[in-house]
Amino acid sequence: MSLYATGNQTVGPYLHIGFDWLVTRDIAAANVGGERIAIQGRLLDGDGVGVSDGLIEIWQANSHGRYAHPEDGQKKPLEAGFRGFGRVPTEAKGAFRFTTIKPGGVPGPAGREQAPHLVVSVFMRGLLKHLATRMYFPDEPRNERDPILELVPAVRRSTLIARAKSDGVMEWNVILQGEGETVFFDF
Amino acid sequence: MTKLRRYRRPHPGTQPDYDYPPYASTAKRHPTQPLILPPQTLSELTGPIFGSDEVKPTDNDLTRQHKSAPIGERIFLSGRVLDENGRPVPHTLIEIWQANSAGRYPHPSDTHDAPLDPNFSGAGRTVTDAEGRYRFITIRPGEYPWRNHYNAWRPAHIHFSLFGPAFLTRMVTQMYFPGDALIPFDPMYTCIRDENARKRLISVFDWETTVPEQGLGYRFDVVLRGRDATPMEN
Repeated sequence: MSLYATGNQTVGPYLHIGFDWLVTRDIAAANVGGERIAIQGRLLDGDGVGVSDGLIEIWQANSHGRYAHPEDGQKKPLEAGFRGFGRVPTEAKGAFRFTTIKPGGVPGPAGREQAPHLVVSVFMRGLLKHLATRMYFPDEPRNERDPILELVPAVRRSTLIARAKSDGVMEWNVILQGEGETVFFDF
Repeated sequence: MTKLRRYRRPHPGTQPDYDYPPYASTAKRHPTQPLILPPQTLSELTGPIFGSDEVKPTDNDLTRQHKSAPIGERIFLSGRVLDENGRPVPHTLIEIWQANSAGRYPHPSDTHDAPLDPNFSGAGRTVTDAEGRYRFITIRPGEYPWRNHYNAWRPAHIHFSLFGPAFLTRMVTQMYFPGDALIPFDPMYTCIRDENARKRLISVFDWETTVPEQGLGYRFDVVLRGRDATPMEN
């Protein structure tokens, strides 16, 4: 049997009605191990205007580099109570902020390790299908040999790497068009 | 190394393009640089799992969230969540949201001159059963105007959000009602080029979902991305 996946449609302007119950801005509870970080940024449209009716979802491994998912068969520890999912609406001027722990490295293609990263879905009115991107971490030597980052033209890689702002706080913007346009993936 | 099977690429024409001028808001919100096509890794082949402990059994009934029943025509929705290989997707979260029967959302950005209904919030959720089946009880949403073009009206629709088993199976869609005269003029509907794929966004009137003396039933099956037959090294 071979069916075709149902067509995606925009979330439209009233996404909060359906999504608010699961908003998760603090991805890691206090008892979860790992380096605590806060990530803040803005979601910007092609005019550089903040998108205040958008939302991002985050999926990540724990600090050992293990996903809380039955298909992650690695022999690394799971952390009780850590799902690794975040849902963060944008607010005035497109601003968003969330806290989590820095994930560990995870396996990539052909047995190569991937640098620590978050996978991110972007939803908003005006997007007929959500966008997929990734956020990598500043001052991380493993970025240099990450098998996904190396597929991105060198001049655009910085759009996927957060900037250190102050102790434990990082800045990462999602820019839909124009100068500094964020790299999006089609998996 | 674990062997994980990758997900199939979308069939041409069955998914919308990001840049679609008939839907004006795409103009400043679509990527202009080409998307990068990387291999699928463990990060995308996994995804959040939601348990039925987070969803109450009554969360699928949008007509019982307030003191009284909402105004409007009560309807029943049912369907199955399948993957592209025809296998049911069990125990997966579905979220829905919709306008009230007058075509108004209880949302600060909705300024349409139609009444709010204090007995209708318009959001529901459920988790599919072991065979991928789901059911919702709600009221038929109204059509409403929007400012996309002159005299633009959205057909009646219900937003559906699904996760499936992986980051790659995440999807959001809209369900339409059979016989709605506005459907062929709606840029959301026409953004999907393949006519058969488009039509599958329209629910089907269904006697088996219809409940005698209570309300009409509509059937809407959702297909999530399915996996390739061959495993990959990961």
